[in-house]
Amino acid sequence: MVGLDKVNDFVVKFANVNGTGSASANLLFTKSIFRMGLYVSPKNFFPSNIQGLPTWYEVRVNEKGYLGRRDGIDMMVGVNAQSLLNDIKSIKSGGYLLYDSSKKLHAEYIREDINYIGIPFMEMCNKEFSDPRQRLLFKNIMYVGALSALLDIEFSVLESLISEQFAGKEKLIAPNIKSLKLGSDYVKANFKYPLEIRVERRKLTDNLIMMEGNAACGLGAVYAGATFAAWYPITPSTSVAEAFGDYCHELRIAEDGKHNFAIVQAEDELAAIGMAIGANWNGARAFTATSGPGLSLMNEFLGLAYYAEIPVVLVDVQRSGPSTGMPTRVQQSDVMKAAYASHGDTKHVLLFPSTPKECFEMTADAFDLAEELQTPVMVMTDLDLGMNDHVCEQLEWDEKREFKRGKVLTFDDLENLQNARYGRYLDEDDDGIPYRTIPATHPTRGAFVTRGTSRDEYAVYTEEGAPYIRNMERLLKKFETAKSYVPAPQVYNAENKCDHGIIFYGTSTQSAEEAIDLLKEKGIYVDALRIKSFPFNKTVEEFIDAHDKVFVVEQNRDAQMRSLLLVELGASSKKLIPVLNYDGLPITADCIVKGIEKKLIKKTKKQI
Amino acid sequence: MSYARPKFRHPQLPKNELGYTSDYYEGSISTLCAGCGHDSISAAIVQACFESNIEPHKVAKMSGIGCSSKTPAYFLNNSHGFNSVHGRMPSVATGANMANKDLIYLGVSGDGDTASIGMGQFIHVIRRNLKMIYIVMNNGCYGLTKGQDSATADEGSKNKAGNVNQFQSIDLASLALELGATFVAQSFSGDKNQLVPLIKAAIKHNGFAFLNVISPCVTFNNNVGSTKSYDFVREHQEATSTLDFVPHKTEITTSYDEGTTKSVVMHDGSLIQLHKLEQKWDPQNRLSAMTALENAKSKGEILTGLVYINEQSKDLHTLLNTTDTPLNKLTQDVLCPGTEKLKDINKSLR
Repeated sequence: MVGLDKVNDFVVKFANVNGTGSASANLLFTKSIFRMGLYVSPKNFFPSNIQGLPTWYEVRVNEKGYLGRRDGIDMMVGVNAQSLLNDIKSIKSGGYLLYDSSKKLHAEYIREDINYIGIPFMEMCNKEFSDPRQRLLFKNIMYVGALSALLDIEFSVLESLISEQFAGKEKLIAPNIKSLKLGSDYVKANFKYPLEIRVERRKLTDNLIMMEGNAACGLGAVYAGATFAAWYPITPSTSVAEAFGDYCHELRIAEDGKHNFAIVQAEDELAAIGMAIGANWNGARAFTATSGPGLSLMNEFLGLAYYAEIPVVLVDVQRSGPSTGMPTRVQQSDVMKAAYASHGDTKHVLLFPSTPKECFEMTADAFDLAEELQTPVMVMTDLDLGMNDHVCEQLEWDEKREFKRGKVLTFDDLENLQNARYGRYLDEDDDGIPYRTIPATHPTRGAFVTRGTSRDEYAVYTEEGAPYIRNMERLLKKFETAKSYVPAPQVYNAENKCDHGIIFYGTSTQSAEEAIDLLKEKGIYVDALRIKSFPFNKTVEEFIDAHDKVFVVEQNRDAQMRSLLLVELGASSKKLIPVLNYDGLPITADCIVKGIEKKLIKKTKKQI
Repeated sequence: MSYARPKFRHPQLPKNELGYTSDYYEGSISTLCAGCGHDSISAAIVQACFESNIEPHKVAKMSGIGCSSKTPAYFLNNSHGFNSVHGRMPSVATGANMANKDLIYLGVSGDGDTASIGMGQFIHVIRRNLKMIYIVMNNGCYGLTKGQDSATADEGSKNKAGNVNQFQSIDLASLALELGATFVAQSFSGDKNQLVPLIKAAIKHNGFAFLNVISPCVTFNNNVGSTKSYDFVREHQEATSTLDFVPHKTEITTSYDEGTTKSVVMHDGSLIQLHKLEQKWDPQNRLSAMTALENAKSKGEILTGLVYINEQSKDLHTLLNTTDTPLNKLTQDVLCPGTEKLKDINKSLR
């Protein structure tokens, strides 16, 4: 049997039963490789369930900097009997199965073209531990120990991670180390080690961190000065609010022990966004976080915030839809709805982070943008970015940075108006952005009734057509102004030299970047652009104009970003070619390459 | 319907402690139907705010959608108002309140806005004991959409079109009591003597103050057969007591017979005095209050007045332990943890 020879370039997949403590052991494995200076991309594939169903954890190890998912399992740690048969089928030819040999494998589980490493984990655990919970937990640690020998992970790295994890609970360190050793020792006594697939220490991750996108969003909100959050639990956005809460409890407690923040778990998503809007209306930075189903519910309020011009930040951690969809699988399928949320003519500002670092920055920026533009700003992340750990650059904050509160009239500003009449919706600066006042600013000036109904420039209710049209057109002008406020797209090439281009956003980025390299190896060259926000600025338009064909990579069925480009830029539908993946798993470079090749071949065929 | 209001005021209008006359507390002219109960409630709000010596700009007027939700424009011109979306005023009020704990939040809603689409938010804002005044202008119908029955229309009540309502009505006061509301009152738009002190007490209450005010709709639900018409309410109203509100600075000069008066001390020292109490009803005992409401209903009466009050409750800010400075006044140096702290956080993620 020919094994694989892959140093620092393989995929290990763990097949566990959810609710058995495997997450902790798998994270230990992942972090040990990160600490050895290598790029790791761990991805959790968990069921919409609490306990007892299969859950998988896929880790790609890489030294070239590719952080996207890669198809093809080199090593499967198959410790869930329920899914074992299918798990075995998914291993690459020449790959490995690490399994619990306490029970003998039936004939149907045997493939001639893979290598079997059987370790009696259950037996060894039962001998060592008597408590059932311990038996369950330490079985997982044991396979991490086995992997350390098989893949040549430095044992000392695992030891220091255990010490860090159980600092303050030292009694737990010894049994963990013992379990690691038992696994490792068994391999060393019974198998040739390390395998051809293994790790070697590098210095690639010295200045990098590993973080979940949702935690980064929560932290970004703290740094941006958000004082209020209202939310409703939903997978996969719950951890945004929880992270905000955790960081607030650490960083926002006043000297007297009172809170410099408030968080309300609302009764539903409508209440959550209503509260966030009410707080922003009254001058406090506030946000909510949700996923697709919540966004649907929030549509009415988003329309109100758009029309009445009230800032609000919404983090949408997208998941597979429509309806309840696949609650624990990724997708980028809220893009169109978010852009045009609510009935009537609306357009909203969207941000598209692709790493936890961008989750941090863009969430913080969202508060400035929302207040400067006096409109909702939606941070469009997704389940893959939000709930998985990602290796990224360290978070940064400019000490000199100041909150941008936008056009808010103070007491003095109102006094200085003298006899002039304050108009909430007057376009004084010709940029579409009027001046707002916060309640209780001045005893006799600046008050008005905020409403979702039409009104004139002085906030007086009206049903006449002319002021209504002026207002709607000013909102368009404001959206045009927004183009210079929102983050510009990332342009990968100094000059657009290729015939074809590729556009992508969010978590398609990592695989798209890898795909560009793979295409180069095949002699196919493309210019690349990464969209970071909506509305689209001139750069996006120019990029499309500069190419014959532009492949738009995204993770939804209806090519929603492509549709936005068609609608907003008037781009040709023949020029924009969708390259899609929407099976709920993060898109791979391979999928993008195949998608582009197929479309190029089609073109070639036509020419013949 | 009037569309012009004279600006002339009597030169000797009394002034309150802040030096304002009552017109300072007025709003724009109403666009509601002539004779609408809501306008009487607006007038009562104006009077209550005037007598309570509040600064109008320190009041935030919140409402949903409907005829009643239009009223914030008709009182307190110098207060910011937020006429939001149907049934969702409680959430907006909650957020606004969280942003600045020092303002007075006056929420106005209707029976459609509260008892149908807004039923969920009504329940939860009570649950959280948000410090606000919540007035339902209750006419048993949907005025602005032309007269459909609302969920508070009584079973058997006949509307203008002659249709008999077949469904049980939602009794908002009983529901509020059941949910643990800490101040529950019922009143009638036509009874200003009772309504004004109730509003004054609600302003002072350190929690959620609910007022269910029957406010007849002259256009769609004031006919014979309606249980929310002026005639019906006048004939079937039963007051729990007569009510006085005494701010803590004022000396109490009148006295009542022993045994028929109860004084409730509010958290800032003001007093609510309840005179000629019905026997066997204790306004500080929830069970007693619930029973009193049910008894009245069984007799076909509408019990009005302060039904229940609990001055020991903790409002949402207290429960959440928010800092004394309003959240919207906290500055960047307090809120942003800074670059050094971020370095520590990065270290922990390596």
